[in-house]
Amino acid sequence: MKKLLLAATAAALLAGTWLAPAQAEYLKEHRGGTIRLLARSAAGTLDPHINYTDQGWQMYQPIYDGLVAFRKAEGMDGFTIVPDLAEALPQVSNDGKTFTFKLRKGIKFSSGHDLGVKDVVASFQRIFKVSGPTSGTFYAGIVGADKCLADTKSCTLEGGVVGDEAAGTITINITKPDAELLYKLALPHAVVLPADTPAEDMGSKPIPSTGAYMISAFDPNKGMTVSRNPNFKQWSEEAQPDGYPDVVQYDFGLSEEAAVTAIQNGEADWMFDALPSDRLGELGSKSMDQLHISPLSAWWYAPLNNRLAPFDNEKARQAVAYAIDRNTLVKLFGGKVLASPVCQVLPPDFPGHEDYCPFTKNPGAKWSAPNLDKAKQLVEDSGTKGQKVTIIVEDTAISRSIGVYLQSVLTSIGYVADVKPISSNIQFTYIQNTNNKVQMSVTQWYKDYPAASDFLNILFSCASFREGSDASINIAGFCDKEIDAKMQKALDLGVTDQKAADKMWAEIDRQVTDKAPAVGLFTPKRLDFVSKRLGNFKFNRQFNWMITQSWVQ
Amino acid sequence: MSNLAVAAPRKTRGPWAVAFAKLARDRAAMASLAVFLLIVLACLSAPLYAKWAGVDPFASTLDAVVQIDGADVPVMEQSTEGLGLGYTPLGPTWRLGNYFLGADSQGRDVMARMLYGGLSSLLISGAATIFTLILGTAAGLIAGYFGGVTDTVLSRFLDILWAFPIYLLAISLSIVTIAHGITIGPIQIESGSLWLPVIIIGIVYVPYVARPIRGQVMALRKSEFVLAAINLGVPGWRILWRDILPNVTTTLIVFVPLMMALNMLTESALSFLSIGVQPPAASWGTIIQDGQALLYTRPLVALVPGLAIAVSVMALNVFGDGLRDALDPRSKVRLGRD
Repeated sequence: MKKLLLAATAAALLAGTWLAPAQAEYLKEHRGGTIRLLARSAAGTLDPHINYTDQGWQMYQPIYDGLVAFRKAEGMDGFTIVPDLAEALPQVSNDGKTFTFKLRKGIKFSSGHDLGVKDVVASFQRIFKVSGPTSGTFYAGIVGADKCLADTKSCTLEGGVVGDEAAGTITINITKPDAELLYKLALPHAVVLPADTPAEDMGSKPIPSTGAYMISAFDPNKGMTVSRNPNFKQWSEEAQPDGYPDVVQYDFGLSEEAAVTAIQNGEADWMFDALPSDRLGELGSKSMDQLHISPLSAWWYAPLNNRLAPFDNEKARQAVAYAIDRNTLVKLFGGKVLASPVCQVLPPDFPGHEDYCPFTKNPGAKWSAPNLDKAKQLVEDSGTKGQKVTIIVEDTAISRSIGVYLQSVLTSIGYVADVKPISSNIQFTYIQNTNNKVQMSVTQWYKDYPAASDFLNILFSCASFREGSDASINIAGFCDKEIDAKMQKALDLGVTDQKAADKMWAEIDRQVTDKAPAVGLFTPKRLDFVSKRLGNFKFNRQFNWMITQSWVQ
Repeated sequence: MSNLAVAAPRKTRGPWAVAFAKLARDRAAMASLAVFLLIVLACLSAPLYAKWAGVDPFASTLDAVVQIDGADVPVMEQSTEGLGLGYTPLGPTWRLGNYFLGADSQGRDVMARMLYGGLSSLLISGAATIFTLILGTAAGLIAGYFGGVTDTVLSRFLDILWAFPIYLLAISLSIVTIAHGITIGPIQIESGSLWLPVIIIGIVYVPYVARPIRGQVMALRKSEFVLAAINLGVPGWRILWRDILPNVTTTLIVFVPLMMALNMLTESALSFLSIGVQPPAASWGTIIQDGQALLYTRPLVALVPGLAIAVSVMALNVFGDGLRDALDPRSKVRLGRD
């Protein structure tokens, strides 16, 4: 049914007319060389069906492909879905529940074998067989997914992902229309791998790829070498463009301070980790031309446990939201150039975002100043004054600073607060588990894909809360049946009318913000420090800097 | 008539007086003691200093402004050049009571935090030393005196405890207890309490004290005065308390400064790793951790507490050596594991 064409699909089709600058000319001039990247540590497993980190997802972009992809373009254009291994965007039928893709011909994996329909079908099965971190959420709507989730080893997705070798098509059937399916298919968790890839976490073993590059060496303690895929022939500049460097050398182990020095000395071209705060002033004044500041669709926030005293009381939660000085937090993060104050859930420039800030001196669209009198009054009214609150933060300089500041704020409005920094490796799962009785914490959420539901539905729906589980991403334990029903409506509406759905998401954003299940702290920006020799820096809003679209010679 | 006169008994000084006289002649030990006492006095003055300076060393004061030479200077200064990235805390003013050592990344007076931090470090290391000495002495006395099964059980337990690398054990115990504290029956120690690092540090060093004490007690157990007491039917606990404990006192006194130095280092390490003293409270370890993020612009924030730890530990060790030479010149007590 035509009217059921997904809004995302329509946007993507329109974008088909996009033309890149004369990349071919640049390629001749700047092709070759080695880009040297640095990170404190590796991003975990190399397996793209399992790895769920920004660092990993960024590196996979020139290596792996799915049926569709986010366009490899600068800025907001990077949120557009384009066909990748599929010839075109899918034909949608069966009231928006069937998506048919035609596979491109002539594409080879880096191992030399031809990409075929069976690889696509096997890859979808593998998402469940390896218990991919998003198999139960993003891909749970595929027909047969319930059986695969119950018994991962014998997953067939029968009736869900159907391949037709002769026609070269893959049909994906879903249980109910999903406006965000194409976004989910464009994520690294749905890339196509060879059908014979073992159905287990491949860890440090590189898996053959279809992209312009392949992983040729990896040692989690030393580094990763990414080199050109000898079998790659560019089929779509906007989905998988050829890159400039011959090799990407990603070294692990250097501290942030040492990495900055290495880039300054021209020994490296870029670092993944955030720049150390005490180098910002120096770099911002002496190396301006080597810095790139880019907006992020992200949210630093403080979840308040809606099921534990004192924050099971709405007034107590609102008191905290009124009391926190967002400008101070922005200062702790490095200043206004690197972050902006925020009150609501959806980040600026994000679908469904409409400026809204009720918890400030002058409530309205933007945050202006904290309202301590109001906060103290709310604490009095809530009857929670004098209660103990423990704030759990990550053991990093910035999180610790934020925790110490929040502890001061809570003390000033009448609570007995203390702050506990715990290892970054465990903090995120620790604060999710209700058994740990975490009252308040500080954490961040970075979008998976550009849809309001990726923040509101994931972070605040009743379904996202799981008692006693390390994977209860609704950290606040917020569950409002009315808002939940509205979110479901907005998801359904998105299938036919994304604009109307976004309006609805804006309303949901306001409602959730009003209930203060968590306090928005600030929206961060990404600061990339690159070497003097690195040219053509392009920042994609979906996966950040496009590494191989820069040149070093 | 005999001209022989009865010689008057010679007045001899007691062993304690001899030892203290010997200690008093040890210039290095006395200088170290003086340095350590100065540090203790300075740290005890922390609340007075903070009050006099008008600062709260535990609260974030990012917007604070201080007067220097009549001019208002923000405690956190934003970079005004180029992109205007980042804030730099105020550097040392070298004026007592007015951010003498500058500010940290929360805009807090580093000098006031140094004094409070020293207080925490000294309190924890001192209390942990007492805790270790009580437990270690009790274990050493019981194992050494009663022998047999009691000795076997206690000694193996101490061996197991000692087999763990000290820091690994301390870190493991801290991580386990850091979030929820310790509850043993009616005794509850909340997370964030200074008693938590005291107990953890106290426990991990028990074998360090217990093992040499046990050895000494085993030797004393065979001495004539103890055998005589046993044959006279004196109860065991009385022999331990009245006859054996006084004979190991000098060893215990020698242990005090050495244990304090060790405990101070352990406390600093745990606090540096965020598993000792919890923010916003300060210890020299947490101040080094705060200063780590400012090494490039404000290195003093990390260097000064590091120096304070080094000087304190050195003073305690030199004094401890002097004390050992004075009280127990034959003792084999040395820093480090045997």
